[in-house]
Amino acid sequence: MSQTLSNPPLVSRGVAPVTRLAPVALPGPRLGLGLPALLLLAFGVVPQLGGEYWLGAILVPFLILSLAGLGLNLLTGYAGQTSLGSGGFMAVGAFATFGFVVHGGLPLPLAIFLAGLVTAGAGLVFGLPSDRIKGFYLMVSSLAAQFFFEWLFQKFPWFYNYGSSGTITLPRLELFGFDIGSAQGRYYVTLSTVVLLTWIAVSLTRSQIGRNWMAVRDMDTAAAVIGIPVYRSKVVAFAVSSFYLGIAGALWAFLYLGSASVQSFGISRSFQVLFIIIIGGMGSIAGNFIGAAFISLLPLAIDHIAQGFFAGHVDAGLLQNIQKAIFGLLIIGFLIKEPDGLARLLRTLGERLSNWPLRF
Amino acid sequence: MNLFLETLIGGLLAGTMYSLVAIGFVLIYKASGVFNFAQGSILLFAALTFVTLLEKGLPFVAALAVTIAILILGAIVIERTVLRPLANRSPMTLFMATLGLSYVVEGAAQGIMGAQVHALDLGIEDVPIFLGDVLISQFDLVAATTAVALALILALLFNNTRIGISLRAVADDTRAALSVGINLNRIWQIVWAVAGIVGLVAGMLWGARQGIQFSLSLVVLKALPVLIIGGFTSIGGAIAGGLIVGAAENLAETYVGPYIGGGITPWFPYFLAIAFLYIRPAGLFGERALERV
Repeated sequence: MSQTLSNPPLVSRGVAPVTRLAPVALPGPRLGLGLPALLLLAFGVVPQLGGEYWLGAILVPFLILSLAGLGLNLLTGYAGQTSLGSGGFMAVGAFATFGFVVHGGLPLPLAIFLAGLVTAGAGLVFGLPSDRIKGFYLMVSSLAAQFFFEWLFQKFPWFYNYGSSGTITLPRLELFGFDIGSAQGRYYVTLSTVVLLTWIAVSLTRSQIGRNWMAVRDMDTAAAVIGIPVYRSKVVAFAVSSFYLGIAGALWAFLYLGSASVQSFGISRSFQVLFIIIIGGMGSIAGNFIGAAFISLLPLAIDHIAQGFFAGHVDAGLLQNIQKAIFGLLIIGFLIKEPDGLARLLRTLGERLSNWPLRF
Repeated sequence: MNLFLETLIGGLLAGTMYSLVAIGFVLIYKASGVFNFAQGSILLFAALTFVTLLEKGLPFVAALAVTIAILILGAIVIERTVLRPLANRSPMTLFMATLGLSYVVEGAAQGIMGAQVHALDLGIEDVPIFLGDVLISQFDLVAATTAVALALILALLFNNTRIGISLRAVADDTRAALSVGINLNRIWQIVWAVAGIVGLVAGMLWGARQGIQFSLSLVVLKALPVLIIGGFTSIGGAIAGGLIVGAAENLAETYVGPYIGGGITPWFPYFLAIAFLYIRPAGLFGERALERV
């Protein structure tokens, strides 16, 4: 104290602001060079190294599933609303894109964007009950969406342009006059879309909207008490999430599968997307990519191991069931050991490694 | 008028089958607050085990006894490996764990016993009978009687046995139940075993009608609107919910379906449930939760 008094005025002015609240530092991106390096790798190196099979049959679906996970994660991981209707909303995106191209004659990028908006509208409608219905009860709304859309797109031939088999397919994938039908073309288009939408999602979660979502997730009654528009936040979450799922559905149908039907977007697709965010990490953007990578690579790994051990003596049906059981066990294991998913696991690992020799 | 009555009665009887599935959910939800998504796959597992044992040549009663023993064992394993490590976690986490559990059970059931369709003959003749002018399926009648009998048996057990009373104590106030020395883990095991047996009964009836196959595990999705309408915590509610859903979807399919293309039963119950929720957000018989900040 005496020291402060004896200090010259200039310094004491520097000490005084202690009473002021320190500005809260928001955790910014800590990636540094990591992100540019990753993008360079994804845009520059991978398409050169990866063959037709890797690009078209593994990386494209991985990216699209990440996008779908991102969509569900915004709703479930950030805004706290459970949904089992992801598959249904993906179907809306796919069939709307098809409609805009075939019935409206629009170019593909515009059609996909408009399909995203249509899906957002659909999500908004099925999110409307969230003002009175909460928790498990709200699941019924998303299941209503799932089964309603499955029925809708199967029952009315207008949606699949009166084809005989109920499948939708685009004759030629074109972007600004360029043919993007090759594996590389499809990879680039998917990657660009996913990068753009991920950037928007990151910005969203750091904005007022994202903060409102998290407040609603943590306790919506408390959020309402401090003046957050709870209902509007929930409905916006449904709309934004569905926009992402719609785009993912369109990409899944036309850039990955080529031709799709309602069966491509059944309830098991909804579960798959949900598993991506459980395994990857709820409320984490990177988690979607990690979860999607895990869910696309695990079947390959199991296949590979089975081939190695039993030299192809295991029949496909049994293998599929083993895979299913392993997925189930992993989910239970994650929920018990690391409820924040692989994303948190990797981060903890990274932090441990960064001060590795001096752990204690 | 006859068509209306037939549709209504047919729907009500079919609804008791939904009730049977829903009762299994209610038991577990009451005792442990877990929304057990795996009930459908447990139902499939139970029915598949039973029919496989029958096909192996075991007599009916022995097959039933072995299946029940396996279900009790399964309940103990589930309690020890899934529920106990996840005690005191959020209901949503537990729900997702049961989602994972459903994958394990389905994978195991089909991996071990195969994925082909099994026919099950319970010896009930499916000959329609006339009640006055109204045509009624005999099979539905048996199923409905079973559901009612099962509900009565469960009610008697809950009200008159020591286990049943401790179960109700746990459902009423878990902490108070613990403090008077009720073994919560044991209660969970019992409840999961009983829910498994209820699932076995439901699985046998559903299986006798449409064959025992993977799609059986999807009845869980149909039970959700039933639960929502009846409330998660009431067995009476599960029965009422089943009847309402069964009757409403049958009537809607007959009278509204033709105007919008038909085949509306997969989604109609969910819209019905949403409409119900708007009027009573905790279901017909559910308890309204108080929220404190």
